[in-house]
Amino acid sequence: MSLVTTPGALAPLNERPRLLTMDRVDKVFGGDVVALRGMHLDVNEGDFISLLGPSGCGKSTALRLIAGLMQPTAGRIDWEGGQHRGDLGVVFQEPTLMPWATVAQNVSLPFRLRGKSHSSVRDDVKEALDLVGLGKFANSYPRELSGGMKMRVSIARAMVTHPRLILMDEPFAALDEITRFKLNNDLLELKQKIGCTVIFVTHSVFESVFLSDRIVVMAARPGRVIREVQVDEPYPRDEDFRTSADYAAHCRAASDALHEAMGDAA
Amino acid sequence: MSVADTIPEIDTEEARRIRKRQIERVARWTMPIVVMFVTLVTWDWIVTANAIPHYILPSPRNVWDSLTGDWDILFDSAILTGRITLMALGLAVLGGAGLAILFNQSKMLEMSFYPYAVILQVTPVVSIAPLIFIYVDSKVAGMLLCAWLVAFFPVLSSTTLGLNSVDHNLRDLFRIYGATRWQRLTMLQLPSALPYFLGGLKIAGGLSLIGAVVAELVAGTGGVGTGLAFRIQEAGYRLNIARMFAALSLVAAMGVFIFAALSLISHMLLHKWHESALKRDH
Repeated sequence: MSLVTTPGALAPLNERPRLLTMDRVDKVFGGDVVALRGMHLDVNEGDFISLLGPSGCGKSTALRLIAGLMQPTAGRIDWEGGQHRGDLGVVFQEPTLMPWATVAQNVSLPFRLRGKSHSSVRDDVKEALDLVGLGKFANSYPRELSGGMKMRVSIARAMVTHPRLILMDEPFAALDEITRFKLNNDLLELKQKIGCTVIFVTHSVFESVFLSDRIVVMAARPGRVIREVQVDEPYPRDEDFRTSADYAAHCRAASDALHEAMGDAA
Repeated sequence: MSVADTIPEIDTEEARRIRKRQIERVARWTMPIVVMFVTLVTWDWIVTANAIPHYILPSPRNVWDSLTGDWDILFDSAILTGRITLMALGLAVLGGAGLAILFNQSKMLEMSFYPYAVILQVTPVVSIAPLIFIYVDSKVAGMLLCAWLVAFFPVLSSTTLGLNSVDHNLRDLFRIYGATRWQRLTMLQLPSALPYFLGGLKIAGGLSLIGAVVAELVAGTGGVGTGLAFRIQEAGYRLNIARMFAALSLVAAMGVFIFAALSLISHMLLHKWHESALKRDH
């Protein structure tokens, strides 16, 4: 099965089928630290959602809850049709590659953990690596790659199993701006090609506006959703979008919402 | 003529740095040899000039004669000591790494027994050895036990540290992908622990030789052949100081050999991916 789907037009925001619902989710640490309070989030198929907010607003906690790495204190997280193995791909802030394994072995990890051999998934791995532009580096070791290339490997690993949802936790925060812009462009292109759903944690207004069609703005203490800003602009988006008046207007709206969130916390 | 043409490709500072690197590369090998040569000559001169009798301080020449003349005796002894050392090292690897994996899988087990592993380690083996030979009939088994006691702990502690040093995100990733305990151990924890284990192994190599030597000194010969340590002791009783030096140099050579072999193994296993094997130019 190929990663690349026939690129049908993305359904309008309010007509997309539901993928996952976070329903009034609380997360409390140690009995008194409220990381999330009553978080509600509907995730629809094809959405590119950014969770935007100051540090401590619980965006990473929300991601970890969706990933199943922790259980909510109250509330529910429901997958439409139930959650299955391979539904999720994850990209962390660090590339999080196994340094002792080659690039191809790193990308085939999700398959191998499901009991498939490395050789039986060689074609899938090759396709994923070609998609992120690293087809020639299959046999390199991570330490031979630049920071941006490592992140591409991490993205290839996240999408190699055709997951329904890809979670990204500030994946480009540690990269320089030129690399970050390039990876933002490539990420949109990739999403367009493989037609997956993405939840993207960031604290950059500009990044969230450029990438997503829904920006969920969160506030801290307790972590909660303040407002949702929709960026109803067509994909593909390119450098022209980055300099357009619409882009500036959306940035303004997201920025205002973020200020509201920060003001609340102060 | 453009500016680029007038600038030589290697400036004086760069040339100096290259030259310095070349000198250092040669000096790394030649300097220790020079030091050895100077030491031997000085030693020989002191012995000859002061007419020191060989039963007090033999000349390097005497030591060399003893090494070649008594080679058969010394070589057999070296084989024996070497065999005990390697067997102890093997057991230390099995015991140390095995215990580390066991402790890693069960926190309860670790909490119960780790303190006793520390106690075994901090009690000097010289003081435990006589006890061991009271209760263990077989000399070989006793010597192995002595050497193992000193050698297993570095493997245990460094492997334990390594198994616990797994990158947190990688651990999360394995959880998200539904890895089994066995997959997590073999595909994540053991490779993560490998550099730490190899570090412990290098220390254990030297320690197992020390353990074997101590065990021999305590055990005596007792019909299992005679190791190098006992040769040193025996030669001392006979005031055959040259042979003491000869046997001692063999012990040292064995230690160097073990260290070099383990370093080579470590390099072969890590050079492709680990930071410690990275060469930096500047």
